[in-house]
Amino acid sequence: MATEEVIEVDKLDKGFKYEIAKEPGGENIMYCFQCGTCTAACPVSPLKESFNPRRIIYMALLGMKDAVLSDEFVWYCSGCYACQERCPQGVNITYLMVAIRNIAYKEGKGLQAYKEVVKKVAAKGWLNEIGEFDNEMRQKMGLPVIEQKGEEPDKVLKASGAKKLAGGE
Amino acid sequence: MSENGLKYAFFLGCTTPVRVMQYEAATRKVAAKLGIELVDLPDFGCCGFPTEKVSHEAFLALAARNLAVAEEKGLDVCTMCTACAGALAKVVHELRDEKKRARINELLKGTGRQVKGTVRVYHISRVLFEKVGIEKLKAAVTKPMDMLKIAPHEGCHYTQPHEIFDGFDDPIRPKTLKALIEATGAKVVDYMNYRQCCGGDLLAVTEQTPGEMVHEKMENMKKAGADAMVLQCPFCDIMYDEFQRTVEEKFSAEYKIPVLFLPQLLGMAMGMGQKELGLNKNAVKTKALCEKAKVEK
Repeated sequence: MATEEVIEVDKLDKGFKYEIAKEPGGENIMYCFQCGTCTAACPVSPLKESFNPRRIIYMALLGMKDAVLSDEFVWYCSGCYACQERCPQGVNITYLMVAIRNIAYKEGKGLQAYKEVVKKVAAKGWLNEIGEFDNEMRQKMGLPVIEQKGEEPDKVLKASGAKKLAGGE
Repeated sequence: MSENGLKYAFFLGCTTPVRVMQYEAATRKVAAKLGIELVDLPDFGCCGFPTEKVSHEAFLALAARNLAVAEEKGLDVCTMCTACAGALAKVVHELRDEKKRARINELLKGTGRQVKGTVRVYHISRVLFEKVGIEKLKAAVTKPMDMLKIAPHEGCHYTQPHEIFDGFDDPIRPKTLKALIEATGAKVVDYMNYRQCCGGDLLAVTEQTPGEMVHEKMENMKKAGADAMVLQCPFCDIMYDEFQRTVEEKFSAEYKIPVLFLPQLLGMAMGMGQKELGLNKNAVKTKALCEKAKVEK
């Protein structure tokens, strides 16, 4: 579906691609030659038109920082690596999506749901809480009781700055 | 040390021990039968995977902390979750870079642990394929599952990204899970788009897209005449087993395809019973399947 869209050149952030290239995982963004193999391989793209990896990379290369970081499509990558394994240029697209998301959090545009994930891991050391009831079930199935320890993961999340990004401190 | 020298730190992950305990139960039973010693380490925590979207460094450091715990015991790591296996193996790979290793150790300082990057990480299916081997597995089969047609699902992070798995299996066309299924005597069925992702990682964003992804695969498995699906990741399992009923309702469809973890199928072929393998805990009923395969209660 073709939609007419005017890209205003003076509103582009030409440094965006360099910013991405400095982020872990984004190093190879400028290798992209727009072949579209990524989009052809993507299992999400046929179901969600705005999630088009080739297009997202092109937008990033042009410097459409606001559009890339503000649109919901950034969060539609399922992390399956189908694109990355097939990319002839070694763009490492799955890693690149992580790099773009990491920048979104630094810019205060990250999705709330994953901030909650970080807070949970900081509190319990694990994503899922294992309560008394779960441990009873485990014992009934002959499985060992689990005692969750959150102290060390919390320290790690603080040191990496993730807890702050998640609004947890 | 077990009779064949297979001893691993058993990394449970967050999802299996609370949401799909049957996977853990079956894995422990099958491992014990095959002489694999799985050691529980209470200091293990989150593998780091769920935090990567917010911060790549947080992910690296959380994963590395677990590797440090295993290093202290001198044990390689075995996991049941492909996301955990992928996350931990990725960090093993990154730790080869001296600069990254130094940065990760800086982040670990507060925990009193340091990581060297000396342990290796294996998914349980890789241990079964590489370390136990198909021949030994076949020898352990007392009840061939030759009456069953199985639709396989590896899970994306079992072989991808390829550079972190040291050439284990073909990243795009993997063969090891199929070989493990065939070792039980069961027939592997091909189905359209069989390598497609479960979509589970999108659940925090939307239920629509992953729902459509599950629907498509279940329809394709049904068309292929599969008696059951076999997988090896708790996240994938939640999508296909726990949510199967919900997706059926959403799309006014009926698949009724039981979803087994690989160790459950292996256990069935080794003569273990339904309860022992936690088959009664699977969301989609396995009763008819167990009758067909003559699995004891």
